[in-house]
Amino acid sequence: MQPFTRVTGPAASLPGANIDTDVIMPKQFLRGIDRAGLGDGVFFDLRFTRPGEPRPDFVLNRPEWTGARFLVVGPNFGCGSSREHAVWGLLQLGIRAIIGTSFAGIFADNAANNGLLLVTLGPEAVACLAQAAADPARNHLTVDLPPEVILPQDGPEIRFEIQPLRKAALVRGLDAIGTTLDQAEAIRSFEAAHLATNPWLA
Amino acid sequence: MQPRTLYDKIVDAHTVRRLDDRTGPGAEILLYVDRTVLNEYTSPQAFSGLRARGRPVWRPSAALGIVDHVNPTAAARVAAMPDPGAARQVAYFAENCRDFGIELLDVLHPLQGIEHVVAPELGFVLPGMVIGAGDSHTTTYGALGALGFGIGTSDIEHYLATQTLMYRRQRTMRVTLDGTLPAGVTSKDVVMDLIRRIGADGAAGFAVEFAGDGIAALPVEARMTICNMAVECGARGVVMAPDAAVLAYLGDKPRAPAGALWEAATARWRTLQSDPDAVFDREVHLSAADIEPMITWGTSPDQAGPIGGRVPDPGAEPDPGRRRDLARAIAYMDLTPGLALAAIPIQRAFIGSCTNARLSDLREAATVLRGRRIAEGVRGMVVPGSSSVRRAAEAEGLDRIFIQAGFEWRQSGCSLCLAMNDDVLAPGERCASSTNRNFEGRQGAGGRTHLMSPAMVAAAAIAGHLTDVRHLGTEA
Ligand code: SF4
Repeated sequence: MQPFTRVTGPAASLPGANIDTDVIMPKQFLRGIDRAGLGDGVFFDLRFTRPGEPRPDFVLNRPEWTGARFLVVGPNFGCGSSREHAVWGLLQLGIRAIIGTSFAGIFADNAANNGLLLVTLGPEAVACLAQAAADPARNHLTVDLPPEVILPQDGPEIRFEIQPLRKAALVRGLDAIGTTLDQAEAIRSFEAAHLATNPWLA
Repeated sequence: MQPRTLYDKIVDAHTVRRLDDRTGPGAEILLYVDRTVLNEYTSPQAFSGLRARGRPVWRPSAALGIVDHVNPTAAARVAAMPDPGAARQVAYFAENCRDFGIELLDVLHPLQGIEHVVAPELGFVLPGMVIGAGDSHTTTYGALGALGFGIGTSDIEHYLATQTLMYRRQRTMRVTLDGTLPAGVTSKDVVMDLIRRIGADGAAGFAVEFAGDGIAALPVEARMTICNMAVECGARGVVMAPDAAVLAYLGDKPRAPAGALWEAATARWRTLQSDPDAVFDREVHLSAADIEPMITWGTSPDQAGPIGGRVPDPGAEPDPGRRRDLARAIAYMDLTPGLALAAIPIQRAFIGSCTNARLSDLREAATVLRGRRIAEGVRGMVVPGSSSVRRAAEAEGLDRIFIQAGFEWRQSGCSLCLAMNDDVLAPGERCASSTNRNFEGRQGAGGRTHLMSPAMVAAAAIAGHLTDVRHLGTEA
């Protein structure tokens, strides 16, 4: 997992509540057995017409937002299907952090497991960042994770909070499985007791 | 000891250790997960991760593999897949299950079906269990008193390697259903009404317990529909206290414990309930008498209303963000504000999915269809939730009712619920669907989905437009 410390780049505004993982990564891109090529699928029906021509009006197709590193999104982003392909694709497209008022639970876990930073802020702060993101003259941001702060191109810095464990894993790019396997003895003894109490699960 | 909710009790009983010094909601813990179900499309990268690091599966007998998302559902069962990608996924899935010692129900297996239909009917899911699986509708298992929740592929890999997940304790919500449902109203309408009331993120960050005499009166399969679709309001886990109906349901399931083990298990399961004075972070009350047959008109499951209603007017919405979302949904659905929902014509009718393709669902739809024909220009499909459901339905003659009514009687799988196989809506086609998601493009790019109960799908198929199943045949 790629560590996240401090990232600077353009932000794009994608307003709209309940943008689901079917919209983020449509079904035709779920046919692989690896993670390859998912950047092409992100927001496919929003980015491309059915014959596959880029839609010039979609924000990520516009020159001012190519190379976007951040998305500023509406509430409940990432709801629906558990498909982690959505997160893999966003990262492959170059998105490093997403800023919004709320994120769906499975999507948030998937993001954390892949080093995609989700920043949850109040509605006023998100509206303010969405306005900046929509303006090519001031759509650059810096997201600095260790001090938990967003630095807009102009305007005051915005503080955010993140669960300490999640932050540590993101900053260090930790392999969660390796960390858990360090606890293998504890898991084994828990399991022995658990299956003794609930022998029908053994 | 502090009174605890059922959710808290199950989580406490599965906590290997705490990962931070918090205790309430938000606390991070290492959670022991009893079982998982795997499918062909969310698991491949998890197995590749294990292979790359030479890690074994911690407890292969605690996993069950089922092919369900990509297989065709044509009437004659074949092993061939609709496209090379699907074929590769199914082949790699078989290889992974074989190499890691996991039982696989492949497409030709007599027990194949949608994972959330098959796991309960096998008795693979038991009360008090934690089951995390690579599909969001794993919440279905709450109906059996198990804590079920969906996970992504990285967490599947984590589970397979360690039998645990790094888990964040959720807040708790109790949804109480009082009273008995009126005739023609089903558990699908209950959960759709809940989602409409609290919103598509109304239960985000919560584990939800459903309770009340209205729930207790429902058969176990109808409860599964509620738990299944609760994820559409963001529930990150669902539980219902296992009662006598659940024990009766499990009593004849092939993999439920038997003999002395059954006695010991049921003695334990009977204790699984929230303490009477347990405090929930949020309480929601629904009155069964007020619930009507529900329809979605938009592209999010909370964009719904009773069938007697109309398409809303975005102009009447004061909040600009919501106004924009409403207008967008109505435009995608090709509807006009103020249109009566019962005036919306359909071209497709689909009875299937892990929400509503169990035997009881097929019976409800068949009751409506018996002796009737679907309207000219409507294509109807029935895709049973599992091969076992299909056989049971055929044994009681439901297949003949569907076929005589003009429906296709197909093999089991996810099918048109997410259209990963060759069952797809054409752009612009409109479908009355017993599934769970009406997202843009869910059933095919440009396709339009209206969610409803199986009986309401059957009624719409007959009428050729959305209609109130309670009035079917009485209209001019
Ligand atoms: S039936 Fe639909 S919702 Fe259920 S597991 Fe299959 S694709 Fe997912």
